[in-house]
Amino acid sequence: MSSLLKNIIRFVVFILFQVYILNQVPPLHQYLVPYLYFLFILWLPFNINHFWLLVISFVFGLCLDYFTGTYGLHAAPCVLIAYIRPYLLNLLLPQETMEQSYIEPGHKSMGWAPYALYAGILSFVHHFYLVLIEWLQFGNFVYFLGKVAGTTAISLLMIFLAELLFNRNSRYRATN
Amino acid sequence: MKNIFLFIRRYLTFLSFLLLQVAAIVMLSNSSKTHQSFFASAANEVTGNINKHYSGFRDYFSLKETNRLLAEENVRLRNMLQSNFSVPDQSRQVFVDTLVKDTLGRSRKFTWLPAKVVGNSYTLQNNFITIERGSNQGVTKGMAAVGSSGIVGVVVETSANFSKIMSLIHRNSKVSAMLKKDESAGSIEWDGTDPGYLTLRNVTKGAKVAKGDTVLTSNYSANFPPKLMIGTVAEISSESSSNFYNLKVKTATNFFSLQYVYLVANVRYAEQVHLENNTPKTP
Repeated sequence: MSSLLKNIIRFVVFILFQVYILNQVPPLHQYLVPYLYFLFILWLPFNINHFWLLVISFVFGLCLDYFTGTYGLHAAPCVLIAYIRPYLLNLLLPQETMEQSYIEPGHKSMGWAPYALYAGILSFVHHFYLVLIEWLQFGNFVYFLGKVAGTTAISLLMIFLAELLFNRNSRYRATN
Repeated sequence: MKNIFLFIRRYLTFLSFLLLQVAAIVMLSNSSKTHQSFFASAANEVTGNINKHYSGFRDYFSLKETNRLLAEENVRLRNMLQSNFSVPDQSRQVFVDTLVKDTLGRSRKFTWLPAKVVGNSYTLQNNFITIERGSNQGVTKGMAAVGSSGIVGVVVETSANFSKIMSLIHRNSKVSAMLKKDESAGSIEWDGTDPGYLTLRNVTKGAKVAKGDTVLTSNYSANFPPKLMIGTVAEISSESSSNFYNLKVKTATNFFSLQYVYLVANVRYAEQVHLENNTPKTP
Protein backbone atom coordinates (compact mmCIF):
# COMPACT_ATOMS: atom_id res chain seq x y z
CA MET A 1 0.00 0.00 0.00
CA SER A 2 1.37 3.39 -0.92
CA SER A 3 2.18 5.86 1.82
CA LEU A 4 -0.37 8.35 0.48
CA LEU A 5 -3.26 5.87 0.49
CA LYS A 6 -2.30 4.64 3.95
CA ASN A 7 -2.35 8.16 5.36
CA ILE A 8 -5.67 9.00 3.72
CA ILE A 9 -7.23 5.95 5.38
CA ARG A 10 -5.64 6.93 8.71
CA PHE A 11 -7.03 10.47 8.36
CA VAL A 12 -10.60 9.15 8.11
CA VAL A 13 -10.19 6.44 10.74
CA PHE A 14 -8.65 8.77 13.35
CA ILE A 15 -11.42 11.37 12.90
CA LEU A 16 -14.22 8.80 13.10
CA PHE A 17 -12.57 7.03 16.07
CA GLN A 18 -12.27 10.31 17.97
CA VAL A 19 -15.81 11.49 17.17
CA TYR A 20 -17.77 8.26 17.50
CA ILE A 21 -15.84 6.37 20.16
CA LEU A 22 -13.70 8.62 22.34
CA ASN A 23 -16.12 11.56 22.40
CA GLN A 24 -18.94 9.18 23.33
CA VAL A 25 -17.16 7.87 26.42
CA PRO A 26 -19.09 9.02 29.49
CA PRO A 27 -16.94 11.56 31.37
CA LEU A 28 -14.82 9.76 33.96
CA HIS A 29 -13.65 12.94 35.63
CA GLN A 30 -13.64 16.59 34.64
CA TYR A 31 -9.85 16.48 34.11
CA LEU A 32 -9.73 13.33 32.00
CA VAL A 33 -10.74 13.81 28.37
CA PRO A 34 -9.53 11.08 26.02
CA TYR A 35 -7.79 12.56 22.94
CA LEU A 36 -6.00 10.37 20.44
CA TYR A 37 -6.73 11.94 17.05
CA PHE A 38 -3.49 13.97 16.90
CA LEU A 39 -1.50 10.71 16.67
CA PHE A 40 -2.21 11.04 12.93
CA ILE A 41 0.15 14.04 12.80
CA LEU A 42 2.77 12.18 14.86
CA TRP A 43 2.69 9.28 12.42
CA LEU A 44 3.10 11.30 9.19
CA PRO A 45 6.25 10.40 7.20
CA PHE A 46 9.68 11.88 7.98
CA ASN A 47 10.26 13.37 4.56
CA ILE A 48 7.04 15.37 4.26
CA ASN A 49 7.42 19.02 3.23
CA HIS A 50 7.09 21.35 6.23
CA PHE A 51 4.61 23.62 4.47
CA TRP A 52 2.33 20.76 3.47
CA LEU A 53 2.62 19.31 6.96
CA LEU A 54 1.11 22.55 8.32
CA VAL A 55 -1.69 22.59 5.74
CA ILE A 56 -2.58 18.92 6.28
CA SER A 57 -2.68 19.40 10.06
CA PHE A 58 -4.90 22.47 9.72
CA VAL A 59 -7.38 20.61 7.50
CA PHE A 60 -7.26 17.60 9.82
CA GLY A 61 -8.01 19.69 12.92
CA LEU A 62 -10.76 21.55 11.09
CA CYS A 63 -12.45 18.28 10.07
CA LEU A 64 -12.72 17.30 13.73
CA ASP A 65 -14.03 20.78 14.53
CA TYR A 66 -16.90 20.36 12.12
CA PHE A 67 -18.08 17.35 14.10
CA THR A 68 -17.78 19.00 17.50
CA GLY A 69 -19.13 22.38 16.32
CA THR A 70 -16.20 24.43 17.59
CA TYR A 71 -14.61 25.85 14.45
CA GLY A 72 -10.87 26.33 15.00
CA LEU A 73 -10.55 24.90 18.51
CA HIS A 74 -8.68 21.76 17.43
CA ALA A 75 -7.16 23.23 14.26
CA ALA A 76 -4.97 25.68 16.20
CA PRO A 77 -3.16 23.09 18.41
CA CYS A 78 -2.75 20.77 15.41
CA VAL A 79 -0.96 23.47 13.43
CA LEU A 80 1.24 24.23 16.44
CA ILE A 81 2.45 20.65 16.91
CA ALA A 82 2.93 20.29 13.15
CA TYR A 83 5.17 23.36 13.25
CA ILE A 84 7.26 22.02 16.14
CA ARG A 85 7.49 18.43 14.84
CA PRO A 86 10.42 18.70 12.36
CA TYR A 87 12.62 20.63 14.84
CA LEU A 88 11.91 18.06 17.54
CA LEU A 89 12.69 15.18 15.19
CA ASN A 90 15.97 16.85 14.21
CA LEU A 91 16.94 16.99 17.89
CA LEU A 92 15.96 13.41 18.61
CA LEU A 93 17.37 11.89 15.41
CA PRO A 94 20.93 13.11 14.98
CA GLN A 95 22.04 10.30 12.67
CA GLU A 96 21.40 10.84 9.02
CA THR A 97 21.22 7.10 8.31
CA MET A 98 18.23 6.39 10.55
CA GLU A 99 16.15 8.98 8.82
CA GLN A 100 16.71 7.42 5.44
CA SER A 101 16.02 3.81 6.26
CA TYR A 102 12.63 4.28 7.95
CA ILE A 103 9.56 6.02 6.61
CA GLU A 104 7.75 7.37 9.64
CA PRO A 105 8.31 7.98 13.38
CA GLY A 106 7.65 4.99 15.61
CA HIS A 107 9.25 3.00 18.39
CA LYS A 108 11.03 0.84 15.83
CA SER A 109 12.60 3.67 13.89
CA MET A 110 13.50 5.85 16.88
CA GLY A 111 13.77 3.49 19.87
CA TRP A 112 11.35 3.52 22.80
CA ALA A 113 12.91 6.32 24.87
CA PRO A 114 13.24 9.00 22.14
CA TYR A 115 9.81 8.04 20.79
CA ALA A 116 8.24 8.41 24.24
CA LEU A 117 9.88 11.82 24.60
CA TYR A 118 8.65 12.81 21.13
CA ALA A 119 5.06 11.71 21.82
CA GLY A 120 5.12 13.14 25.33
CA ILE A 121 6.33 16.61 24.34
CA LEU A 122 3.95 16.92 21.39
CA SER A 123 0.89 15.73 23.30
CA PHE A 124 1.74 18.01 26.21
CA VAL A 125 2.07 21.00 23.85
CA HIS A 126 -1.16 20.04 22.10
CA HIS A 127 -3.19 19.79 25.32
CA PHE A 128 -1.54 22.85 26.86
CA TYR A 129 -2.56 24.99 23.90
CA LEU A 130 -6.01 23.39 23.54
CA VAL A 131 -6.91 23.86 27.19
CA LEU A 132 -5.37 27.35 27.15
CA ILE A 133 -7.81 28.41 24.43
CA GLU A 134 -10.70 26.91 26.40
CA TRP A 135 -9.42 28.47 29.60
CA LEU A 136 -9.29 31.96 28.07
CA GLN A 137 -12.93 31.59 27.16
CA PHE A 138 -13.99 30.60 30.66
CA GLY A 139 -11.23 30.65 33.22
CA ASN A 140 -10.23 28.78 36.35
CA PHE A 141 -6.51 28.17 36.85
CA VAL A 142 -6.67 24.97 38.91
CA TYR A 143 -8.96 23.49 36.28
CA PHE A 144 -6.42 24.48 33.61
CA LEU A 145 -3.44 22.77 35.31
CA GLY A 146 -5.37 19.66 36.27
CA LYS A 147 -6.87 19.21 32.85
CA VAL A 148 -3.54 19.57 31.00
CA ALA A 149 -1.88 17.02 33.28
CA GLY A 150 -4.76 14.54 33.29
CA THR A 151 -5.39 14.73 29.56
CA THR A 152 -1.70 14.35 28.68
CA ALA A 153 -1.42 11.28 30.89
CA ILE A 154 -4.41 9.55 29.36
CA SER A 155 -3.31 10.45 25.80
CA LEU A 156 0.16 8.99 26.39
CA LEU A 157 -1.39 5.82 27.76
CA MET A 158 -3.52 5.47 24.64
CA ILE A 159 -0.59 6.23 22.30
CA PHE A 160 1.41 3.37 23.87
CA LEU A 161 -1.57 1.04 23.65
CA ALA A 162 -1.90 1.98 19.97
CA GLU A 163 1.80 1.29 19.40
CA LEU A 164 1.53 -2.12 21.02
CA LEU A 165 -1.72 -3.07 19.28
CA PHE A 166 -0.86 -1.99 15.76
CA ASN A 167 2.43 -3.35 14.64
CA ARG A 168 3.17 -0.79 11.95
CA ASN A 169 5.90 -2.33 9.89
CA SER A 170 7.75 0.93 9.34
CA ARG A 171 9.56 -0.94 6.62
CA TYR A 172 12.80 -0.15 4.93
CA ARG A 173 12.37 1.88 1.83
CA ALA A 174 12.55 -0.21 -1.35
CA THR A 175 14.88 2.11 -3.22
CA ASN A 176 18.46 2.49 -1.90
CA MET B 1 11.10 44.19 -4.15
CA LYS B 2 13.53 41.35 -4.63
CA ASN B 3 14.32 41.39 -0.93
CA ILE B 4 10.67 41.04 -0.02
CA PHE B 5 10.36 37.92 -2.15
CA LEU B 6 13.57 36.54 -0.66
CA PHE B 7 12.24 37.21 2.83
CA ILE B 8 8.93 35.46 2.07
CA ARG B 9 10.76 32.52 0.50
CA ARG B 10 13.05 32.15 3.45
CA TYR B 11 10.38 32.29 6.15
CA LEU B 12 7.62 30.58 4.17
CA THR B 13 6.92 27.90 6.77
CA PHE B 14 6.92 30.33 9.67
CA LEU B 15 4.64 32.76 7.84
CA SER B 16 2.23 30.01 6.84
CA PHE B 17 2.27 28.77 10.44
CA LEU B 18 1.29 32.25 11.65
CA LEU B 19 -1.35 32.58 8.95
CA LEU B 20 -3.01 29.24 9.82
CA GLN B 21 -2.89 30.01 13.56
CA VAL B 22 -4.55 33.39 13.02
CA ALA B 23 -7.16 31.79 10.75
CA ALA B 24 -7.98 29.18 13.41
CA ILE B 25 -8.24 31.73 16.22
CA VAL B 26 -10.40 34.08 14.15
CA MET B 27 -12.74 31.23 13.23
CA LEU B 28 -12.95 30.20 16.87
CA SER B 29 -13.74 33.67 18.17
CA ASN B 30 -16.30 34.21 15.41
CA SER B 31 -18.01 30.89 15.92
CA SER B 32 -18.38 31.18 19.68
CA LYS B 33 -19.82 34.68 19.36
CA THR B 34 -22.33 34.23 16.59
CA HIS B 35 -22.38 30.51 15.81
CA GLN B 36 -22.00 31.34 12.16
CA SER B 37 -18.78 30.98 10.27
CA PHE B 38 -18.64 31.29 6.55
CA PHE B 39 -19.12 27.69 5.49
CA ALA B 40 -20.61 26.35 8.67
CA SER B 41 -23.97 25.55 7.12
CA ALA B 42 -22.47 23.56 4.27
CA ALA B 43 -20.35 21.46 6.60
CA ASN B 44 -23.26 21.06 8.96
CA GLU B 45 -25.09 19.31 6.12
CA VAL B 46 -22.12 16.96 5.48
CA THR B 47 -21.38 16.05 9.10
CA GLY B 48 -25.12 15.87 9.73
CA ASN B 49 -25.43 13.18 7.06
CA ILE B 50 -22.60 11.13 8.59
CA ASN B 51 -24.16 11.51 12.02
CA LYS B 52 -27.49 10.35 10.60
CA HIS B 53 -26.05 7.07 9.28
CA TYR B 54 -24.24 6.44 12.55
CA SER B 55 -27.28 7.14 14.69
CA GLY B 56 -29.46 5.01 12.41
CA PHE B 57 -27.34 2.06 13.36
CA ARG B 58 -26.92 3.01 17.02
CA ASP B 59 -30.65 3.53 17.57
CA TYR B 60 -31.27 -0.22 17.75
CA PHE B 61 -29.38 -0.40 21.01
CA SER B 62 -31.61 2.10 22.75
CA LEU B 63 -35.04 1.06 21.42
CA LYS B 64 -36.10 -0.30 24.78
CA GLU B 65 -35.24 2.87 26.66
CA THR B 66 -36.90 5.05 24.01
CA ASN B 67 -40.05 2.96 24.19
CA ARG B 68 -40.18 3.26 27.94
CA LEU B 69 -39.77 7.04 27.81
CA LEU B 70 -42.45 7.40 25.14
CA ALA B 71 -44.85 5.19 27.06
CA GLU B 72 -44.30 7.23 30.21
CA GLU B 73 -44.90 10.42 28.33
CA ASN B 74 -48.04 9.03 26.69
CA VAL B 75 -49.45 8.20 30.09
CA ARG B 76 -48.69 11.68 31.33
CA LEU B 77 -50.32 13.26 28.27
CA ARG B 78 -53.35 10.97 28.36
CA ASN B 79 -53.91 12.05 31.92
CA MET B 80 -54.17 15.61 30.70
CA LEU B 81 -56.75 14.89 27.96
CA GLN B 82 -59.81 17.05 28.16
CA SER B 83 -62.04 13.98 28.09
CA ASN B 84 -60.67 12.98 31.47
CA PHE B 85 -62.18 16.05 33.02
CA SER B 86 -65.89 16.44 32.95
CA VAL B 87 -68.34 17.89 35.39
CA PRO B 88 -71.12 15.37 35.99
CA ASP B 89 -74.00 17.81 36.09
CA GLN B 90 -73.30 19.58 32.82
CA SER B 91 -74.75 18.34 29.59
CA ARG B 92 -71.73 19.11 27.37
CA GLN B 93 -68.00 18.80 27.63
CA VAL B 94 -65.55 21.62 27.09
CA PHE B 95 -62.95 21.04 24.40
CA VAL B 96 -59.91 23.19 23.78
CA ASP B 97 -59.55 23.60 20.04
CA THR B 98 -56.15 23.70 18.38
CA LEU B 99 -56.90 26.48 15.91
CA VAL B 100 -54.95 29.69 16.02
CA LYS B 101 -57.81 31.22 17.97
CA ASP B 102 -59.65 28.77 20.17
CA THR B 103 -63.27 28.90 21.22
CA LEU B 104 -62.51 30.86 24.36
CA GLY B 105 -60.88 33.60 22.31
CA ARG B 106 -57.34 32.81 23.50
CA SER B 107 -54.78 33.02 20.74
CA ARG B 108 -52.03 30.47 20.34
CA LYS B 109 -48.49 31.55 21.27
CA PHE B 110 -46.44 28.34 21.12
CA THR B 111 -46.41 25.61 18.46
CA TRP B 112 -44.58 22.29 18.89
CA LEU B 113 -42.67 20.25 16.29
CA PRO B 114 -41.05 16.84 16.76
CA ALA B 115 -37.43 16.20 15.68
CA LYS B 116 -35.08 13.23 15.70
CA VAL B 117 -31.66 13.58 17.33
CA VAL B 118 -28.85 12.44 15.00
CA GLY B 119 -25.82 13.81 16.84
CA ASN B 120 -25.16 14.53 20.49
CA SER B 121 -22.06 15.44 22.49
CA TYR B 122 -21.77 15.65 26.25
CA THR B 123 -18.10 15.14 27.04
CA LEU B 124 -16.83 18.50 25.78
CA GLN B 125 -17.03 22.02 27.13
CA ASN B 126 -19.19 23.24 24.23
CA ASN B 127 -21.82 20.61 23.65
CA PHE B 128 -24.18 20.67 20.71
CA ILE B 129 -27.03 18.43 19.57
CA THR B 130 -27.71 17.87 15.86
CA ILE B 131 -31.28 17.14 14.81
CA GLU B 132 -32.66 16.04 11.48
CA ARG B 133 -35.05 18.89 10.83
CA GLY B 134 -33.95 22.12 9.19
CA SER B 135 -35.17 25.38 7.76
CA ASN B 136 -37.06 23.51 5.00
CA GLN B 137 -39.13 21.89 7.74
CA GLY B 138 -39.85 25.10 9.58
CA VAL B 139 -37.00 25.34 12.08
CA THR B 140 -35.75 28.84 12.81
CA LYS B 141 -32.96 30.14 15.02
CA GLY B 142 -33.97 30.76 18.61
CA MET B 143 -36.50 27.94 18.86
CA ALA B 144 -36.50 26.13 22.19
CA ALA B 145 -35.82 22.37 22.37
CA VAL B 146 -37.63 20.28 24.95
CA GLY B 147 -37.13 16.59 25.68
CA SER B 148 -39.71 14.21 27.04
CA SER B 149 -38.71 14.84 30.65
CA GLY B 150 -37.30 18.37 30.61
CA ILE B 151 -35.84 21.17 28.52
CA VAL B 152 -32.77 20.50 26.35
CA GLY B 153 -31.48 23.71 24.73
CA VAL B 154 -31.90 26.37 22.07
CA VAL B 155 -31.53 26.15 18.26
CA VAL B 156 -28.48 28.18 17.19
CA GLU B 157 -27.83 27.14 13.60
CA THR B 158 -29.99 25.74 10.80
CA SER B 159 -29.26 24.33 7.37
CA ALA B 160 -31.74 22.96 4.83
CA ASN B 161 -32.38 19.64 6.57
CA PHE B 162 -30.41 19.75 9.83
CA SER B 163 -30.20 22.05 12.81
CA LYS B 164 -27.81 22.48 15.67
CA ILE B 165 -29.03 22.92 19.22
CA MET B 166 -26.86 24.55 21.88
CA SER B 167 -27.34 22.10 24.70
CA LEU B 168 -27.97 23.25 28.30
CA ILE B 169 -24.56 21.76 29.06
CA HIS B 170 -22.72 24.34 26.94
CA ARG B 171 -20.50 26.89 28.68
CA ASN B 172 -22.31 29.80 26.98
CA SER B 173 -25.84 28.55 27.54
CA LYS B 174 -28.13 30.68 29.69
CA VAL B 175 -31.83 30.09 30.33
CA SER B 176 -34.17 32.04 32.55
CA ALA B 177 -35.59 29.83 35.31
CA MET B 178 -37.61 30.00 38.51
CA LEU B 179 -38.34 27.92 41.60
CA LYS B 180 -41.71 26.23 41.48
CA LYS B 181 -42.43 26.94 45.13
CA ASP B 182 -42.34 30.73 45.26
CA GLU B 183 -41.60 31.67 41.64
CA SER B 184 -38.38 33.54 42.44
CA ALA B 185 -36.43 33.86 39.20
CA GLY B 186 -32.80 33.12 38.40
CA SER B 187 -30.76 31.94 35.47
CA ILE B 188 -29.61 28.42 34.63
CA GLU B 189 -26.01 28.04 33.50
CA TRP B 190 -23.43 25.27 33.35
CA ASP B 191 -20.04 25.38 35.09
CA GLY B 192 -18.49 22.78 32.80
CA THR B 193 -17.77 20.13 35.39
CA ASP B 194 -20.54 17.53 35.50
CA PRO B 195 -23.08 17.01 32.67
CA GLY B 196 -25.64 15.81 35.21
CA TYR B 197 -25.78 19.08 37.12
CA LEU B 198 -26.50 22.71 36.21
CA THR B 199 -26.08 25.88 38.25
CA LEU B 200 -28.97 28.18 39.12
CA ARG B 201 -27.62 31.67 39.82
CA ASN B 202 -29.12 34.94 40.95
CA VAL B 203 -31.84 33.53 43.17
CA THR B 204 -32.39 36.06 45.96
CA LYS B 205 -31.61 34.95 49.50
CA GLY B 206 -35.17 35.90 50.42
CA ALA B 207 -36.44 32.83 48.58
CA LYS B 208 -37.20 29.75 50.64
CA VAL B 209 -35.21 26.95 49.04
CA ALA B 210 -34.93 23.36 50.15
CA LYS B 211 -33.17 20.36 48.65
CA GLY B 212 -35.39 18.59 46.12
CA ASP B 213 -37.32 21.71 45.08
CA THR B 214 -38.44 21.76 41.47
CA VAL B 215 -36.91 24.28 39.05
CA LEU B 216 -39.06 25.37 36.08
CA THR B 217 -38.62 27.73 33.14
CA SER B 218 -39.74 31.24 34.02
CA ASN B 219 -42.24 33.57 32.42
CA TYR B 220 -39.45 35.91 31.31
CA SER B 221 -37.94 33.66 28.65
CA ALA B 222 -38.65 34.50 25.02
CA ASN B 223 -37.87 31.00 23.69
CA PHE B 224 -39.27 28.70 26.35
CA PRO B 225 -42.92 28.35 27.33
CA PRO B 226 -43.31 29.01 31.07
CA LYS B 227 -43.36 26.22 33.66
CA LEU B 228 -41.47 23.48 31.82
CA MET B 229 -39.40 21.13 33.94
CA ILE B 230 -35.64 21.84 34.21
CA GLY B 231 -34.57 19.82 37.23
CA THR B 232 -34.48 19.58 41.00
CA VAL B 233 -32.27 21.38 43.52
CA ALA B 234 -29.46 19.09 44.67
CA GLU B 235 -27.23 21.38 46.70
CA ILE B 236 -27.59 24.86 48.20
CA SER B 237 -24.65 27.18 48.71
CA SER B 238 -24.65 30.90 49.32
CA GLU B 239 -21.88 33.35 48.67
CA SER B 240 -21.34 35.52 51.71
CA SER B 241 -20.32 38.47 49.54
CA SER B 242 -23.51 38.65 47.52
CA ASN B 243 -27.22 38.58 48.05
CA PHE B 244 -27.80 35.51 45.93
CA TYR B 245 -27.86 31.76 46.27
CA ASN B 246 -25.84 29.40 44.09
CA LEU B 247 -27.98 26.33 43.59
CA LYS B 248 -26.77 23.06 42.09
CA VAL B 249 -29.58 21.61 39.99
CA LYS B 250 -29.89 17.97 38.92
CA THR B 251 -31.12 17.97 35.31
CA ALA B 252 -34.44 16.34 34.56
CA THR B 253 -33.27 15.53 31.02
CA ASN B 254 -30.80 12.70 30.66
CA PHE B 255 -28.32 14.20 28.18
CA PHE B 256 -26.58 10.86 27.66
CA SER B 257 -29.54 9.19 25.95
CA LEU B 258 -31.42 11.77 23.90
CA GLN B 259 -33.39 10.28 21.01
CA TYR B 260 -36.17 12.72 20.19
CA VAL B 261 -36.78 16.35 21.07
CA TYR B 262 -39.66 18.74 20.54
CA LEU B 263 -39.00 22.16 19.11
CA VAL B 264 -41.12 24.99 20.45
CA ALA B 265 -41.73 28.05 18.30
CA ASN B 266 -42.91 31.24 19.91
CA VAL B 267 -45.14 33.02 17.38
CA ARG B 268 -44.26 36.40 18.92
CA TYR B 269 -40.54 35.66 19.45
CA ALA B 270 -39.24 38.18 16.90
CA GLU B 271 -41.51 40.90 18.20
CA GLN B 272 -40.48 40.37 21.83
CA VAL B 273 -36.75 40.19 21.11
CA HIS B 274 -36.92 43.24 18.87
CA LEU B 275 -38.64 45.26 21.57
CA GLU B 276 -36.25 44.08 24.28
CA ASN B 277 -33.17 44.93 22.21
CA ASN B 278 -34.36 48.35 21.12
CA THR B 279 -35.06 49.97 24.42
CA PRO B 280 -33.84 53.59 24.29
CA LYS B 281 -30.74 54.07 26.38
CA THR B 282 -31.81 57.33 27.99
CA PRO B 283 -35.21 57.37 29.64
